[in-house]
Amino acid sequence: MHKEAAIREPLILGHKTYHDITEDVCKPIEDKAPRMWYILFGIALIIGLYGVGCILYLLGTGVGVWGLNKTIGWAWDITNFVWWVGIGHAGTLISAVLLLFRQKWRMAINRSAEAMTIFAVFMAGLFPLIHMGRLWLGYWVLPLPNQFGSLWVNFNSPLLWDVFAISTYLSVSLVFWYIGLIPDFATIRDRAKKPISKKMYSILSFGWSGRAKHWNRFELVSLVLAGLATPLVFSVHSIVSFDFATSVIPGWHTTIFPPYFVAGAVFSGFAMVQTLLLIMRKAMSLEAYIHTKHVEYMNIVIMVTGSIVGTAYITELFISWYSGVEYEAYAFVNRATGPYWWAYWSMMTCNVISPQLMWFRPLRRSLLFTFIISIVVNIGMWFERYVIIVTSLHRDYLPSSWSMHYPSHIDIGVYVGTIGLFFVFFLLFARFFPVLALNEVKTILKSSGESYKNAPDHGHAESH
Amino acid sequence: MADKVIYAMYDDDDVLKDGAKKLVSKGVKISEVFSPFPIHGIDPIIGIKNTRLGIMAFIYGLTGLTLATIGMRYFMVVDWPMNIGGKPNFTYLQNILAFIPITFEFTVLCAAHGMAITYLLRNKTLPGMPAQNPDPRTTDDKFVMEIRLSENSKYSAEELEAMLKETGMIELDQKEIK
Repeated sequence: MHKEAAIREPLILGHKTYHDITEDVCKPIEDKAPRMWYILFGIALIIGLYGVGCILYLLGTGVGVWGLNKTIGWAWDITNFVWWVGIGHAGTLISAVLLLFRQKWRMAINRSAEAMTIFAVFMAGLFPLIHMGRLWLGYWVLPLPNQFGSLWVNFNSPLLWDVFAISTYLSVSLVFWYIGLIPDFATIRDRAKKPISKKMYSILSFGWSGRAKHWNRFELVSLVLAGLATPLVFSVHSIVSFDFATSVIPGWHTTIFPPYFVAGAVFSGFAMVQTLLLIMRKAMSLEAYIHTKHVEYMNIVIMVTGSIVGTAYITELFISWYSGVEYEAYAFVNRATGPYWWAYWSMMTCNVISPQLMWFRPLRRSLLFTFIISIVVNIGMWFERYVIIVTSLHRDYLPSSWSMHYPSHIDIGVYVGTIGLFFVFFLLFARFFPVLALNEVKTILKSSGESYKNAPDHGHAESH
Repeated sequence: MADKVIYAMYDDDDVLKDGAKKLVSKGVKISEVFSPFPIHGIDPIIGIKNTRLGIMAFIYGLTGLTLATIGMRYFMVVDWPMNIGGKPNFTYLQNILAFIPITFEFTVLCAAHGMAITYLLRNKTLPGMPAQNPDPRTTDDKFVMEIRLSENSKYSAEELEAMLKETGMIELDQKEIK
């Protein structure tokens, strides 16, 4: 068995047994939901339904209800799309990349981070769909036989690459998540007392029995899926960045975009994981499994990716001057000093300065500070996309076409609505699904659990 | 012919593993182990071969790669070459850079889903399948070893039980199956 250094902090605090882990994770699912859950669910549902109302109004009336104009043809819709896709990057990074790197701390957070990813990508996918205006023709993005005319979809277009990237990412993440869930559903099934929940979890668990051969396959499938999902994580946001980078708009036409977008996505994704987990660990009393060390690890990821994003901002500025292209230079000067200066400087403060505070150990181990920074980061990352998209468009080549973007109440309603829907999904997940990967956490109990680590003469530590 | 199955339950994965090693060295055939999480190192002891699902994933991936290449060559080069700013569109190779993202995505899509579906089919874990673990506690914190009498003809049930009792098990259960 793998033996861990004694100075490494334990990942599971307290003197837990295998049964305690099951108990701690299954209890919140089996008990009645607390009042707070109903209150939060109610609020999220109302906001989500308002968003659905706005979307229906948009579909009934047309994309003209958004605050777009001839100059700024892309604004909040694509900003929100990129923002949500970015948030959806942490889950698969945690479960796939960290699995390949054998990071054991991921096991306490991967399930909920992946759930977050999937719901965030749902929300992201909504925007390209509704911006088609005629949602019912959405299947035209598929390479269909030519009864619709003589043209195929354009496989040279980054927008079509996006269709493939997002749908592959969503479906592969979903499969990865569900394959890990099956054994945990079986645990809940075998504990369930009420016939209805027994039946439900029995269907969800696909009849999992925990045979040695099945576990052998399970581990290989997880590993190969992680291997496949790792390049996928990096490719998806690279392809999203191609939407901009392959165009010729000053401010978009940048070769630095793919790595910069990927780092930004991981940055915002981890921030959202922090926001959600800090509340969830408290509400569901999972402090023994998701504790300060996990938060600190995630803060280090935020710090590193935040620094990459900061470097990218400054590189972009430098290159716009160094290139000698006046349009390019103007685009960047205008971002910082033009009418959208407030968006630019909010972005700079939130994304460049705030992660640097994580160099201080007491700050990155402070839960309250982490919570605040995680929200600041996500505000900053929203502004980043807004700055890239809107400020690059609002100064057209002809000064007579210069314009400003003012969001309509439908813009705001759809965006806020997706946040509501996201929380509706996440709260349902926290209520009915095992929020910790039970089977994985149990495998690290003996190597990283507090009571086993600090007992060097424990029965089996020596025999392997 | 009726067969008798012995289920020995353990409350620790390492105890079960050590026990399995001892039993196997005496020539006992262990037909199955049920556990709440993967017990690392149990497979070679009880004679389980490594899965070949990885090879299947590779084949599914190759299928995806081939389909994407054939498809895009047909759509964009053979059937209807698009003139985009006069860029070369007469051969697949001249245009290959634009096709790499989708080729990659489609390869991953086929490999991942193909493997996941094969995994579920091979395990016979599908929606609505009945659970087959002998005891509901094996998905919580107990580990069960299954020994079939028909596969261990050189030992009697009593001898097997006596050997199992020495391995530190906590419960013993027997079942007649047809």
